[in-house]
Amino acid sequence: MSECMTESRLEKLFAAGEFVVTSEIGPLKSASAHNIIKHTEETKQYCHGFNLTDNQSAIVRLSSIAAAVHVLQHGGNPIMQMTCRDRNRLAMQSDLLGAYSLGVRNVLCLSGDHQSFGNHPTAKNVYDIDSIQLIAMVKKMRDEKKMLSGEEMKIEPRFYIGAVANPFGDPIELRVMRLAKKVRAGAQFIQTQAIFDVEKFSHWMELVCAAGIDGQVNIMAGVLPIKSVRALTYMKENVAGMSIPDVLIERMRNAENQQAEGIAITVEIIQQLRQIKGIKGVHIMPVAWESVLPEIVSKAGLLPREKAAE
Amino acid sequence: MIIAEQKPLAEIAESVQDVAKVLVVGCGGCVTVCLSGGENEAEVLASALRIKRGIDGIAGEVGQVTVERQCDPEYVAKLDTAVDGIDAVVSLACGVGVQFLAERYSKTVVVPAQNTKFAGGTVEHGVWEERCGLCGECVLAATGGICPIIRCSKSLLNGPCGGSAQGYCEVGKDIPCAWVMIYERLKKLGREASLCEIAAVKDWSKSRDGGPRKIVREDLRL
Repeated sequence: MSECMTESRLEKLFAAGEFVVTSEIGPLKSASAHNIIKHTEETKQYCHGFNLTDNQSAIVRLSSIAAAVHVLQHGGNPIMQMTCRDRNRLAMQSDLLGAYSLGVRNVLCLSGDHQSFGNHPTAKNVYDIDSIQLIAMVKKMRDEKKMLSGEEMKIEPRFYIGAVANPFGDPIELRVMRLAKKVRAGAQFIQTQAIFDVEKFSHWMELVCAAGIDGQVNIMAGVLPIKSVRALTYMKENVAGMSIPDVLIERMRNAENQQAEGIAITVEIIQQLRQIKGIKGVHIMPVAWESVLPEIVSKAGLLPREKAAE
Repeated sequence: MIIAEQKPLAEIAESVQDVAKVLVVGCGGCVTVCLSGGENEAEVLASALRIKRGIDGIAGEVGQVTVERQCDPEYVAKLDTAVDGIDAVVSLACGVGVQFLAERYSKTVVVPAQNTKFAGGTVEHGVWEERCGLCGECVLAATGGICPIIRCSKSLLNGPCGGSAQGYCEVGKDIPCAWVMIYERLKKLGREASLCEIAAVKDWSKSRDGGPRKIVREDLRL
């Protein structure tokens, strides 16, 4: 893994053994990138890259490609998310070529939330290809200079390829199997679902390491800063595939200052995750609370960021 | 079989409100088995339409007849006498039957009384579930006899998405996750290792994406 296949800064950082920190920006339901520009400028020194979500929760938002370009233009390092829900193989390949031509170097491949969750529940879903096939397609374009159909191209998009994993999905063996498949398809880094249950996550990582997967891919543990006990309870009750221990909810409920307690919990979780074998970085998802990133990164002892991120 | 569900009476009545002579045509095929469009349902619908049109002050007649299958020209032809002089036919068949009637009776209005829902079967009395996505290239041999094309809400071919939890789909707690079912079934057969293989992208041209489909069997043609 020491030899880099792409120009991606993320790939270089992992290769250099850096503990990589990424964050996330959700584009607006609006023809404006002001939040993207603001968060990029204010927090780019505190992370190595920003995920730009792709119509997150199946809600129409400014596109992840445009968002990625805004991040680039303001000195940040974009990780463009691409879901399989809204585009067929033609549109996806076309967008990959376009995004690369605009300077985007990282892509994160996902299935995408079902459209029934979003603001256009009567839409037709696409799922022409699935997330594993998408990973393989991006790799094929990069390594073989070929489109999915086999047709050759002159200039290939050289993306650093990411994927996601849900360590709390069940059955757990099937989840590990699917992760292995993503890596075999070409995933080079993994960002996990938000982790609140470190013990359960450790068990999953043991299985991942036992299967030898940790040596083949850079696994980043997902962390979601908690703002209030209400937000935490909401996630426990409404977000599929999340494991939130009751003890955390109690701790938040009893806190005098819930925001401060939420930050303390997040920092503790990051420190625990860092100790787990096979964890190469953290992906911090400050959903609707982007301004908290500097404090969390600082308190978790993840500063200063490596020069390669510049 | 094809599972269909009757449209609301008001919608059916509205679609024939401007004509006098109406014929309700039941079908003896799938819709009889799924209790939505056979002889009994044709009689009930015709009576309901007569009452409704009476209340609405629409003059005319509503008759009814049921044929063995509306998706077969041989049986459709038997309707020629009954359809003669009729202004509108209300078909209780699936969308296929409606079209076969429309093709044969080019001068008669033909409207559907059903919403054609899916290819499925009866799981218990009064409950039908979808089972086949009619994708044109069956993958069931690789998936333990459980179809991911239609039973996974995202038609994934390489295992469950992150939204599957406790064996259920993110779309609804009453939808079992097809990929968990596939895994459990293959595990029982000792074949779960096959799931490590990356399933190739699907050739959707075999499905409706390739345009309207047709099968010609030269060995059977007259």
